[in-house]
Amino acid sequence: MKSAVIVFPGSNREGDMARALQQATHHQPVMVWHADYELPKGTDLVVLPGGFSYGDYLRCGAIAGRAAIMDAVRAHAERGGLVLGVCNGFQILCESGLLPGVLMRNAHLRFVCRMQHLRVEQTNSPFTHKYAARQIIKVCIAHGEGNYEADQATIDRLEGDGRVAFRYCNSEGVLGGVANPNGSRNEIAGIFSEKKNVLGLMPHPENLIDPLVGGIDGRGLFDSLASAA
Amino acid sequence: MKARVVVTLKNGVLDPQGKAIEGALTSLGVSDIASVRQGKVFDIEISAQDSTQAQQKLITACEKLLANTVIENYSIEI
Repeated sequence: MKSAVIVFPGSNREGDMARALQQATHHQPVMVWHADYELPKGTDLVVLPGGFSYGDYLRCGAIAGRAAIMDAVRAHAERGGLVLGVCNGFQILCESGLLPGVLMRNAHLRFVCRMQHLRVEQTNSPFTHKYAARQIIKVCIAHGEGNYEADQATIDRLEGDGRVAFRYCNSEGVLGGVANPNGSRNEIAGIFSEKKNVLGLMPHPENLIDPLVGGIDGRGLFDSLASAA
Repeated sequence: MKARVVVTLKNGVLDPQGKAIEGALTSLGVSDIASVRQGKVFDIEISAQDSTQAQQKLITACEKLLANTVIENYSIEI
């Protein structure tokens, strides 16, 4: 599994992401600058890390979504290559058209930074096959704009095609109420593209890979990827 | 040529920021505020042969970057 992490001005989770990928795949990911036009040869997985690309100017992910490298990322996705976007990376995927919908300001208008339970909704994907079906995992979230919104037809399509990857829930796996940290439609925390080769999610699995700092529930995603290609 | 592009949320899209502003205005004693929706204004200087060409360039700008047409509408004044 050869991975590339795209670095935008204002990205800040690329180091954490690289550690998580290195731990699971035993390969050092290549850091790729946003103004480059090509991905390294033989790249299996492209990762858009979290952060505040371009200071969240205009709309979160809007300017990064149109960066030079994104044409190469789109072409990689069209070939069936794997793309993962976390937090700001999810916002960039939505802005670049690789995933449908949009991430709006949290419904309560506050930035949320805390631990959060998720329910794994789909295990038949390159990103999630190491998790158990409906497994409850505990990861962290840190965002001000994670309120997933799309028109009803898009929501119906995502639900009907099994493209909701993760949902926010409480420790018992119960959905709704205060378990939804940002007001997302249908408690959506992460979604797949049509072919399930692109995943965007707001929570940060890359920060939950070491028992020393909060737990290892994020490892399932990286272990899934490591054995996917 | 000077132009102004106004980007607003589509009807039916929740606007938590507008709601908060609406609440703040009411608590400041500004009466009769029925609702507030927040948008963006871009003042743009553009070189073009005529306003039709400028309009076309600005439509491209809106579609490509200035507006997220999933949730936003835009209007152009030249």
